[in-house]
Amino acid sequence: MKKTKITVAVSGLNNTDNPGPGIPVIRALRESDFYDVKIIGLAYENLEPGIYMHEWVDKTYQVPYPSSGSEKLLQRLEYINSIENIDVLIPNFDAELYSFITNSERLKNIGISTFLPTLKQFEERHKANLPEYGKKYDVLVPHSRPINSLSEIYTLTPEFTYPLLVKGKFYDAFVAFNPEQVAQHFNKLVSKWGLPIIIQEFIRGTEVNVIALGDGKGNTIGAVPMRKTYITDKGKAWGGITLDDEEMLRLTTSIIKQTKWRGGMELELIKTNENKYYLVEINPRIPAWVYLAVGAGQNLPEALVKLALGKKVKPFTSYESGKMFIRYSWDMIVNLNEFEKLSTTGEL
Amino acid sequence: MKLKKKLAISDTGFVFDPHSGESFSLNETGTEILNMLKEGKSQEEIMTHFLENYEVDNDTFERAYMDFIAMLKFYNISEENEKD
Repeated sequence: MKKTKITVAVSGLNNTDNPGPGIPVIRALRESDFYDVKIIGLAYENLEPGIYMHEWVDKTYQVPYPSSGSEKLLQRLEYINSIENIDVLIPNFDAELYSFITNSERLKNIGISTFLPTLKQFEERHKANLPEYGKKYDVLVPHSRPINSLSEIYTLTPEFTYPLLVKGKFYDAFVAFNPEQVAQHFNKLVSKWGLPIIIQEFIRGTEVNVIALGDGKGNTIGAVPMRKTYITDKGKAWGGITLDDEEMLRLTTSIIKQTKWRGGMELELIKTNENKYYLVEINPRIPAWVYLAVGAGQNLPEALVKLALGKKVKPFTSYESGKMFIRYSWDMIVNLNEFEKLSTTGEL
Repeated sequence: MKLKKKLAISDTGFVFDPHSGESFSLNETGTEILNMLKEGKSQEEIMTHFLENYEVDNDTFERAYMDFIAMLKFYNISEENEKD
């Protein structure tokens, strides 16, 4: 079968010990049976490893942080598009999603397709809204409350018992055993991610995750459950194994059906010893461990690109359980002139 | 005792529970007991088999067997703890 040539822009090239999903997404697209992809990398930092991985990324452009304003980011993207003719954009950072969701029409008008959740879907699954989310969609969630000041720390008991979790708005979570530790984590998280800080009940159990893709009409195109088998000190999966867990799949399809979720997502769940599943977070994008799903039989990034381009996609009906991924690190040797070129021209 | 339906037991004694993603390594005796449990054999049938084929007395085997069963329950390999 002749493959269709397309150009896909991908962010999240930070293939570090806290990896972005960019490189695994690209790897999945390179294995597509339908598309011959040209990959345009979008990088925020000049040391994101993906920039220098030329076998995966054809050309990289530096882009301004979303915190410097959506307009700047979009103008840069318009410039990149004038050279590269991007067909599909797959953003992989939570922090940039708002800009791309709210400007998806503007992107569409210059020929760039996306397949992102709606603003309503994106907003209502925020960590701060999790209790309402659980109630609305009949999902068990740990009790949580957003706080906006240090003084609120001393009002947490008896509503919460220690230990509890202190979570940042976008990323990071710490266990705290007393108010002093909460204050410490509060300050750290505020300076990194801003307010609010989320205080969450600590549920004992095993952390399990599901990667899924919703078609925006209530159908689940694919879903693969996984348990982390090796976790870094940042809480990131460095190894994992696919599970045969019907309850996790039921929960996923139920959430996608009710919310009509559009795009990639990751459900973070805690499975207790009583076999109850608590939803602790919904990440509104493809997670960094996406290649495990590809290895288990579901090329979800390829399906997402098809959906973005308006193609019909048949839902996956199976995957292989017991498939493992084990990450590793690799030292690339990079010539200074490459770093220089990216740093001075913003392109490589 | 009933084992989880989808439990995979290899000839080498490697056991994989696809529901939890956990895996275990058993010695030959453990593997034989687990395979008999998977076939639906009762405690009496398993005991008779071991007493007839191995040099072991009733009390020693029973003690070891109960210990092994408790371990299977501890690691959630039995169906009693399975939800679906």
